[in-house]
Amino acid sequence: MAAQTLTIGKALNLGLRKAMEDDAKVVLMGEDIGRLGGVFRITDGLQKDFGEDRVVDTPLAEAGILGTAVGLAMRGYRPVCEIQFDGFVFPAYNQIVTQVAKIHARSRGKLAMPIVIRIPFGGGIGAVEHHSESPEAYFAHTPGLKVVAVSNPVDAYFGIQQAIAHPDPIVFLEPKRRYWEKAEVDPDTTPEPLFASRVVRGGDDVTVLAYGPMVKTALQAAEAAAEEGRSLEVVDLRTLSPLDLDPVFDSVRRTGRCVVVHEAAVTLGLGAEIAARVTETCFHSLEAPVLRVGGYDTPYPPSKLEEEYLPDLDRVLDAVDRSMGF
Amino acid sequence: MSVSSATTEVVDPVPGAEAPHLPQQPDLVQLLTPEGERVEHPEYSLDLAPDELCGLYRDLVLVRRWDVEATALQRQGELGIWASLLGQEAAQIGAGRALQPGDMAFPTYREHGVAWTRGVDPLDVISLFRGVDNGGWDPVATGFNLYTVVIGAQTLHATGYAMGLQRDSAETATIAFLGDGATSQGEVNEAMIWAASFSAPVVFFCQNNQYAISVPLERQSRVPLYQRAAGFGFPGVRVDGNDVLAVLAVTRAALQAAREGQGPTFIEAFTYRMGAHTTSDDPTRYRLASELEEWKLRDPIARLKAHLSRSGAADAAFFDSVEAEADELAVRIRRGTVEMPDPPGTAMFDHVYAEQTPHLAAQQAEFEAYQASFEGGEH
Repeated sequence: MAAQTLTIGKALNLGLRKAMEDDAKVVLMGEDIGRLGGVFRITDGLQKDFGEDRVVDTPLAEAGILGTAVGLAMRGYRPVCEIQFDGFVFPAYNQIVTQVAKIHARSRGKLAMPIVIRIPFGGGIGAVEHHSESPEAYFAHTPGLKVVAVSNPVDAYFGIQQAIAHPDPIVFLEPKRRYWEKAEVDPDTTPEPLFASRVVRGGDDVTVLAYGPMVKTALQAAEAAAEEGRSLEVVDLRTLSPLDLDPVFDSVRRTGRCVVVHEAAVTLGLGAEIAARVTETCFHSLEAPVLRVGGYDTPYPPSKLEEEYLPDLDRVLDAVDRSMGF
Repeated sequence: MSVSSATTEVVDPVPGAEAPHLPQQPDLVQLLTPEGERVEHPEYSLDLAPDELCGLYRDLVLVRRWDVEATALQRQGELGIWASLLGQEAAQIGAGRALQPGDMAFPTYREHGVAWTRGVDPLDVISLFRGVDNGGWDPVATGFNLYTVVIGAQTLHATGYAMGLQRDSAETATIAFLGDGATSQGEVNEAMIWAASFSAPVVFFCQNNQYAISVPLERQSRVPLYQRAAGFGFPGVRVDGNDVLAVLAVTRAALQAAREGQGPTFIEAFTYRMGAHTTSDDPTRYRLASELEEWKLRDPIARLKAHLSRSGAADAAFFDSVEAEADELAVRIRRGTVEMPDPPGTAMFDHVYAEQTPHLAAQQAEFEAYQASFEGGEH
């Protein structure tokens, strides 16, 4: 594959294809992922090329997808499970939390669980209930799981391959409203490590942390702030468990100010954990408390209200103003 | 005792008022009556040599002795809890001895008898109930998965493993153990849907021991459990779970069908949990002593012993030798339990991940430093 401009969705599709070509033990499982290619077409064409044993249209049962993935993993396979929408992961929550996350520890390392759980997550697509949620904190809170969230086509292409090759179970969060965002992907470049955050825009006044769909929002906010003479440093966290905060600490020690942005409800969200760790580590450098910008502590609202619910450029800038006001 | 109809069984309206009645023929596959009389069944035959029959008897006696010893160890504070298999020995030994070496078993937390047949050291099971680890055996090497405590979750693992066997063109099968209570779980129903849909080589082996802790069967099902299989599209068989010969024959046939590509079978082993759910339970609160007395007459070991004696397959010297072996096993289990060392504190950090995270490594280092600060009694 030559370098080419890809959407996040297509980059995932090509990344999955490459992973399946590289390792015959990779098996995709999910609802409507075969003939249909998935409701977002992420698996488009894969069943045709790899067959029904490797791209499995499953019965409509999410616990079944994850539970049988456990058995396949015990048998040496590398299941990649698609959960159709974020809000549909909860029927599988039992298997993920009580089994997938714990079997490696339970067996004292005798049973590996190289399972990838792909979840299109987040709002902004005008959908009905259960199609716009951000469940990452549930999984990041669970020992035994790793959680990553991609924000761009390059990370999508390489990240899905790295996740599949990794020996631990990974919840792989895909920013569904950004599936159509484009960037050039060169498959011959050396990918960045999967579990590493990255500074995506340098700045001096405030450190803004985001992941998944909010990275673009944070970058837009930084652009707008620059016009007003404020310099925001934006960090794409990329990995939510384990968190890679050393670059964040370095940044906050310089800026003295930190704002965390995510779509998920703020209470006990990733922002709470990050605020605690930044405070523990950078206490003497902080000029202001770590501020959080996130969804309100309500169920995800009907779509006519989601623009008010979701953090946007203005709410990020508002938090930046408050941080600067301390 | 109430009487079953041919198709839909009438369950006792008042839980515990009467013993769960033994189902009437032709529902129940039986090769050895409670009195120890060998009977034939039109669909299931079994031709065992005397030494094989003696081997089954030895299995039954030894796992019961293990179980009795473990219960005593819990009472003496050596185990946190114990889940007794008392009364279910024949169901477990019959099913376990039906397995071939390459087959994979997925137990609940009560399958000590199956563990025995897979060569798992009783002390590796005891270590779980003592709180040393979550089970000390190697699941792949033994063909016996670790115990699964969340009810029914393992049925999906068995089904997924069986799907892996299909992809590997392996001529082996899996067996998923579950109880009567587990049949109400959504995941068990999903497992049966998946197994049927993919024609997976998995046998669902349900020990209907009549109670899910305190709740009797009629709260779980209004039809005999084995009849549920028809709704999923594969065969269901009810076997006398206290008849080790019938269980062996029925399970062998089901496993062989699975290996030959004929898909899943559901086996309901009709039995009785003669002990408490666990050592934390008090069955006198929910069932009558008379019920237990009735089931003692169907004891799985007594009937095989009667058959061995009557048929001349074994003599007094054999029974004495098995008793002596059981005594030795009990001593070994007791000594091994009380001498079992506690794990080091750092063990909880081991194997959380195949690839340790920097965060957890740092947390472990903090833990070790904190622990070390107490050494020498300075704090």
